[in-house]
Amino acid sequence: MSVTLKINGETRTLDADPDSPLLWALRDELKLTGTKFGCGIASCGACTVHLDGMPIRSCQTMVGDVEDAEITTIEGIDGKAAEAVQAAWQELDVPQCGYCQSGQIMAATALLSETRKPTDEDIDFAMDGNVCRCATYARIRKAIHLASDKMEG
Amino acid sequence: MLHLLQKPLEAAQPSRRTFLKVSAGTIGGLVLAMNLPRSAASAAEGDFLQPFVHIRPDNTVVVLSKHLDKGQGTASGLATLVADELDAAHDQVRVEFAPSNPQLYANTLFGVQGTGGSTAMANSFMQYRQAGAAAKAMIVAAAAKDWGVPASEITVSDGVVSHGSGKSATLGDLAGLAAGEEVPAEPVLKTPDQWVYIGKSFPRLDVKNKTVGAPNTYTMDFQRDGLLVATVARAPRFGGKVKSFDASEARKVPGVVNVLELPNGVAVVAESTWPAIKGRSLLEIEWDDSGAETRSSDAMIAELKEMTAQPGVKVREDGDVDAVLEASAKVIEADYDFPFLAHGAMEPLDIAMMFDGETAELWFGSQIQTIDHNVAATVLGIPFQNVRINTLWAGGSFGRRAQADAHPVVEIAMLAKAMQADGMEPAPVKIVWTREDDMAGGYYRPMSAHRIRVGLDADNNVTAFKYNIAAKSIVKGTAFEAMLMKDGVDHNMTEGAHDTSYALGLMNMDQTFQETQVPVLWWRSVGHTHTAYVMETMIDRLAKEAGKDPVAYRLEMIRDDPRKANVLKLAADKAGWDQPPGDGRYRGVAVHKSFGSYVAEVAEISFRDDGTVKVEKVTAAVDCGTPINPDNIVAQVEGGIGYGLGAILRNQVTLVDGVVEETNFDTYEPLRMSDMPEVEVHIVASNEPPTGIGEPGTPPIGPAVANAIAAAKGDWITSLPLSKAGLV
Repeated sequence: MSVTLKINGETRTLDADPDSPLLWALRDELKLTGTKFGCGIASCGACTVHLDGMPIRSCQTMVGDVEDAEITTIEGIDGKAAEAVQAAWQELDVPQCGYCQSGQIMAATALLSETRKPTDEDIDFAMDGNVCRCATYARIRKAIHLASDKMEG
Repeated sequence: MLHLLQKPLEAAQPSRRTFLKVSAGTIGGLVLAMNLPRSAASAAEGDFLQPFVHIRPDNTVVVLSKHLDKGQGTASGLATLVADELDAAHDQVRVEFAPSNPQLYANTLFGVQGTGGSTAMANSFMQYRQAGAAAKAMIVAAAAKDWGVPASEITVSDGVVSHGSGKSATLGDLAGLAAGEEVPAEPVLKTPDQWVYIGKSFPRLDVKNKTVGAPNTYTMDFQRDGLLVATVARAPRFGGKVKSFDASEARKVPGVVNVLELPNGVAVVAESTWPAIKGRSLLEIEWDDSGAETRSSDAMIAELKEMTAQPGVKVREDGDVDAVLEASAKVIEADYDFPFLAHGAMEPLDIAMMFDGETAELWFGSQIQTIDHNVAATVLGIPFQNVRINTLWAGGSFGRRAQADAHPVVEIAMLAKAMQADGMEPAPVKIVWTREDDMAGGYYRPMSAHRIRVGLDADNNVTAFKYNIAAKSIVKGTAFEAMLMKDGVDHNMTEGAHDTSYALGLMNMDQTFQETQVPVLWWRSVGHTHTAYVMETMIDRLAKEAGKDPVAYRLEMIRDDPRKANVLKLAADKAGWDQPPGDGRYRGVAVHKSFGSYVAEVAEISFRDDGTVKVEKVTAAVDCGTPINPDNIVAQVEGGIGYGLGAILRNQVTLVDGVVEETNFDTYEPLRMSDMPEVEVHIVASNEPPTGIGEPGTPPIGPAVANAIAAAKGDWITSLPLSKAGLV
């Protein structure tokens, strides 16, 4: 079945079951593999993308439900918060295996877009849904604060 | 599953003799061709190509990593060694994974190509430095000839080759000329004072790709024209087999192209991932559990506890411990049990293969390439040299990808053969494991029971230490047995205990092997995951018996192990051990040597209003010999602490009638941001050879937290995870 999605500023028409997860449409149909498959039940956040700027889990979001929305993936993010986050992640060598980091960066970017100066509690609240099995959490926390500083500058 | 693996396992099982022969250039009797990597195969004129270093005319220096990088920074570590000796600039260095070739790329501590046991830097430290130094010598020799000046007058710095006359060139400019120079047999290495990156800073080379969602990084992202994606329905009980199945509903799912029976299950082959997952959910399968493990984990733990009450295989026998215990003024008794643990790497298992009937190419995070390579050749029935393995970045492993039986390779090779037998055109195929497949799929950290009896004299001096352990052996009956078991003893199970440097009087240690179909495997720090917990909580108990401070007592008890004492003192000092913690805060300490490295950790905890534990801060001191990348050492200790903490807080895999209960992150709840303590890591300056860092941060965190809980409550938790005691 043909479905039309707005992804990273482009309108893309693809062959997908409206009842199939957005995650697999992104990864397999559009070859946007930066968004990761981690759990399939919205428990790990590896598949986080932005839906009209809000972080959502694409593994539990069905293609047919997002036809009118603006979807942004790790390949398409830009703007002050995203740039600051990616720069901070690189500066602090945050990733280890790196598999969760697309989702972490999408969540952190959404946090900083809403809250320019997040507290540690804000970070806990916004990031608790994003699992990192390498436990890079200490650096993620530092990098979010650093990104916040970069956005000031 | 074991039935399926039996044949390739036997064929691939290298004898001790075979392992030795590998270093002489053969494995399994096959002499390997110089299987140079793709970039070499397509080499243009002007390339400098050596096994570990390529220098391209565009001035790129490519370091070939013989090791899988599953997050530990290994590839960047190897690049650091080459770049330092070569005096390359950081921004011109790239890293690629070496092909599978045990002749060129063996782990010098294993004898085969493979990564594990925190050995990557230890076995490569000289080899990769020599490779960099040889490349530099050849570059300098080429420049000397080209410029007509003495080699001794040429300097290389930050990627620039220069001479006092004003002549200057890049490494890339000279690559082609240098390729023709003789490789020096014994290149001169820098002295530590000449290092520019080692011990200082060399930012990881994989970070950019991992922050922009770059394609072609992980196996899960693997793409090819005509790629098929398969899922496999495997037996819900370990050792179960397919009795019969009905695939009619699965075949109706758009995108499903075939359903094939494999020796270990039923594969749904589709044009993409979602139809493969959806199709599989519609299979009707009847399983034959006649040979399967059908016990519950509670029954298995009970069996383990019974085993520890009986004598077992002697691991260490100092003397007649029972007699000394009998004569002791007091005997301290403790019984511990530990659950199965899943690795839960973020990237579930996956593997891709193209088999055309004569040759096979694989793409995956291969951790023991030589076994994977042999198994692929054996199952497919093709010569070793017709198999090519492309190692890709792995989204974690923690041991999971280092299997003795190469079961993902067996499975995809069986699938490729089944596709061929069913008349399908040769096509690349990727097997994707869902999280449920990965977590319920076994290969766990073994569950274990530990029975400790300690004798004390009237002054509370330790006179005897009797330690019985029972668990399924990770290596017994596998391809690793010949290499890792001696005289029927599995030292992986008891490492960190039988070799303790505490003076514990007369010490005996017995082990008993549980038999079960549940496959077990190394899990970040292997035997140390349980022995460190037992030893370090026992030492704390004995300190309390003796009425002594835990740090002071340990320092008294450590024998001939100054590096262990040193990290302990450093961590205690940095944590302010001699000052009381703040109100509502409690501290615990643990120190443990694993994989040649020493780590001490002081955990500071508090209790939430609901009585659950919050680990506030961990202060660690680490001595891993010569520090190569200090920031990466810090990162590995931070991560190792987080990994171990999540496990002891609330992770366990339980079985009910043989079926795994925890199959995803909702029930096997991983450590999350709000659980992560502040971590401070102090590195001991050292000139000793570098040792492991991927694993050693993990063992001390459990006992450090348990000791802090005991400081608050008076008792030590002896049955993990802590959630069973209502503390999480």
